[in-house]
Amino acid sequence: MSASELQPVIGLEIHAQLATESKIFCGCANSYGQPPNSVTCPVCLGLPGALPVLNEAAVRLAAQVIVAFGGMVAERSAFARKNYFYPDLPKGYQITQYDRPLGTGGEVAYVDEDGDWRCCRLQRVHLEEDAGKLLHDATHKTKVDYNRCGAPLAEIVTEPELASPQAAASVVRSIRQALRYLDVCEGDMEKGQLRCDANISIRRPDGTLSANRTEVKNLNSFKAIERALQREMERQRGLVAAGETVEQATLYYDERSGEVGTMRTKEQAPDYRYFPEPDIPELVVDERWLWEVTQDLPLLPRDRERQMSRLFGIRDYDCRVLCAERVLANYAERVMERARDSQAAANWLSNVLLAEVEIGRGELDPIGIPPDYIAHLVDAVTAGEVSNAGARQVLAEMLSASRSGRRVESPERVIDRLRLAVIDSEEELLRVVETVIEAHPEQVALYRRGKAALFTFFVGQVMAATKGRADVQLTRRLLEQRLNEEEK
Amino acid sequence: MNDSATQIVQQVRERTISVSEVVEQSLTRIAGEGARLNAFITTCEELSRRRAWQIDQEVAAGIGLDRPLLGVPVAVKDNICVASAPTTCGSQMLADWMPPYTAMTVRRMLAAGAILVGKTNLDEFGMGSSGEYSRFGPTLNPVQDELSPGGSSSGSAAAVGAGMVPLALGSDTGGSIRQPASFCDVMGFRPTYGAVSRYGLAAFASSMDQVGPLARTANDLRLALEVIAGSDENDMTAVAGLEAPQRAAEGARYEFAVVKESLEAPVTESVAAVVKAALARLVAAGHRVEEVSLPFGEDALAAYYLIAAAEASSNLARYDGVRYGYRAERVETLLEMYERSRGEALGDEVKRRILLGTHALSAGYVDEFYNRATAARQRAAEQFRSVFEQADFVVMPTAPSEPFRRGEYAEDPSAMYAADLLTVPASLAGLPAVSVPFGSRDENLPVGVQVIGQRWEDYRVLEVAQILEDLR
Repeated sequence: MSASELQPVIGLEIHAQLATESKIFCGCANSYGQPPNSVTCPVCLGLPGALPVLNEAAVRLAAQVIVAFGGMVAERSAFARKNYFYPDLPKGYQITQYDRPLGTGGEVAYVDEDGDWRCCRLQRVHLEEDAGKLLHDATHKTKVDYNRCGAPLAEIVTEPELASPQAAASVVRSIRQALRYLDVCEGDMEKGQLRCDANISIRRPDGTLSANRTEVKNLNSFKAIERALQREMERQRGLVAAGETVEQATLYYDERSGEVGTMRTKEQAPDYRYFPEPDIPELVVDERWLWEVTQDLPLLPRDRERQMSRLFGIRDYDCRVLCAERVLANYAERVMERARDSQAAANWLSNVLLAEVEIGRGELDPIGIPPDYIAHLVDAVTAGEVSNAGARQVLAEMLSASRSGRRVESPERVIDRLRLAVIDSEEELLRVVETVIEAHPEQVALYRRGKAALFTFFVGQVMAATKGRADVQLTRRLLEQRLNEEEK
Repeated sequence: MNDSATQIVQQVRERTISVSEVVEQSLTRIAGEGARLNAFITTCEELSRRRAWQIDQEVAAGIGLDRPLLGVPVAVKDNICVASAPTTCGSQMLADWMPPYTAMTVRRMLAAGAILVGKTNLDEFGMGSSGEYSRFGPTLNPVQDELSPGGSSSGSAAAVGAGMVPLALGSDTGGSIRQPASFCDVMGFRPTYGAVSRYGLAAFASSMDQVGPLARTANDLRLALEVIAGSDENDMTAVAGLEAPQRAAEGARYEFAVVKESLEAPVTESVAAVVKAALARLVAAGHRVEEVSLPFGEDALAAYYLIAAAEASSNLARYDGVRYGYRAERVETLLEMYERSRGEALGDEVKRRILLGTHALSAGYVDEFYNRATAARQRAAEQFRSVFEQADFVVMPTAPSEPFRRGEYAEDPSAMYAADLLTVPASLAGLPAVSVPFGSRDENLPVGVQVIGQRWEDYRVLEVAQILEDLR
């Protein structure tokens, strides 16, 4: 049995911070980056006598996630307490959902190594509260910031059915993308808005599974997910191939060294002593409410790509790029609707616009640059009215206006004002050509004596003199005419 | 000060007495008898005098005369948060802790014109049935010093019993209002679970904790309940479910089911005799009394102690020395900080219950203990339901014995747990229950008769308390 015949079996637990206004069990703002412990109250600090009050918005966003992934929202679900001591956990227990989660089933579409869509089934989606954060300072003192305490989390658990670290990373990417599409989570992994744990075991060629699985905690970037799982997969393969046992354990991944280490073994596994949360009544989801909050959910990326492909007939690759974010897809569709050539518009959006703007930072807000401006600009390029370089200048001008809050001018006006229109008048260009020829008698003589390579020199001179606006075809024709004419 | 809250409100409205005079009487009694009985942990002299003066000004100006507790001095058990005073829960852990907010029940009392004169002693975190497990020393029984006042609302019962205040708030998890009421010869009422907000009550066992009043008259209990009951946006379990308070039609006749097992050993003969005498008077007054069998006894007691301890083990995990309360000094590691802070600041009874509860929830034991207890709890609720198909109220003694002597169970905690034998069934089922004094105080034999009603029928239960009060 060689190690390469041993397939990994990977399952994921993804914690997504839900973008509600307030925390899950109190009225404190659910905001990031505030001064330590400034966004706290008796409830999220776990003071004696304070009680949790469930935030309906958190249930709404979680329900939207469940429905968008095709899962079932339980009519009745319940909260439970997960008991353990840690300084970032003020009550000594976390309020979560245990045996009666809000959502079960569903699936997430992800892109496999060949670029094709596949599905990974979901086990469950449940609600819980986030803990605070420990801050270790240089003096070896530890401080605690409880601002994050009580931030609403949706925990999304996949079935253990992913067969590679790459697939695992891709599923997390897709979930992040879907959550951003749904507007329920910003998905910034650096800020901890999306966090991932993964469990992994090994399937032998005969289909049997290795006895134990390990869980790698806190994989907080796509790179970390892939690398940590790669490491752990290789370690387990080695053990299984050698006929040894993989010990059940909880592992951690050290991003700096790239090593996976043991956090605790099975013997050290905590007993969380779950029991029903007595402070929160059974969560009953009204059917009508559920319909109201989920009836207008947007298409998720896979279906959006298919819709875009059907509507505009552009290449699959461009559909994928332009559907990376919902705001982008919306914008791109509006541009393509207005442009004369959809594929040209798609090319321009993915190659030029996306190089200039950072999606998801409010930059594709339609009031920034109206989509029909981009459409007109693309049309102008297609029609040869402005060069690619000129069009980039127009875009830069429009972006700078939009970013500094100035009114964005139409591309026609910018082209005009910056004199970027292509010079395609024969009369006008001929004057330039003649000036260039007169100014370079030596080069003209050399060319005429047979140094044909100098031709590009003259084209360059014309372009320089017109600041790139000269119509290239026309320039070449006129130069050829004039240089060859004199020879006769 | 032997006037009832109802009488005080009346006199203040009629201006035959000033609120300042009422409060002075109360404070004097607290300083004397209260100190001797160790009924209070904190007294609010300055605050209550200022508030009394303020209300007197308002009364003089004719402002807010309709407030239902106008000028009534009240005492509040010290596990209920009040922003202007320490809330100790009777524990070293919170000896210096000042809550930044006030419990909803207290807010409602104050808004109704009541004056908070102090915070009363209790068994630590509400865990105890004798008033002896307090960091601040035991409370004495106003009936006789050597007797236990019961617990855990020992100070509230003693304060009402000794006439320091006409009305006090307690909390009842497994009998902590009713049993001390019985021992101190006063009335004590546990509302339907969910009728009164728990916001601001330091949790012991959340699925059973309820705040309720202790007073010397049924009418005062009703007055207090009308003020404190109702939904609260800070407590998801508190809902506006009570049936409207109404006076029964003159000469209403009720069906009482007396629990056969509650008049047999281990319940003492003297207690059984008092309850039988009360029942005889009910029959004489035209009510019907029928004997029923509710054999949940020991099962219910065990279920109660497992569930309460399980929830307590979780609820008290927050007292870890990290954010507030007691923290051990000179600790080297996090674990040591946890162990020594909790070890040094929590009392033995509290630790015993945390250990019991932690064990009951542990992997491998949860089915045998917690889950079995939950099933027994459901059975108790079922049994009550079937009795209520035939009867309006269930009657039992409140406690299996007259007050025991202080220190009697010092070496035997589980014998002390048995003092809750008859109060825990209503707690498990979330039912409203009142303890009405019916024994003879002169013979040092305070005995409470317990009347249990159906969920949300709290005012009907209090109506029966009134009937019993009138028959005494």
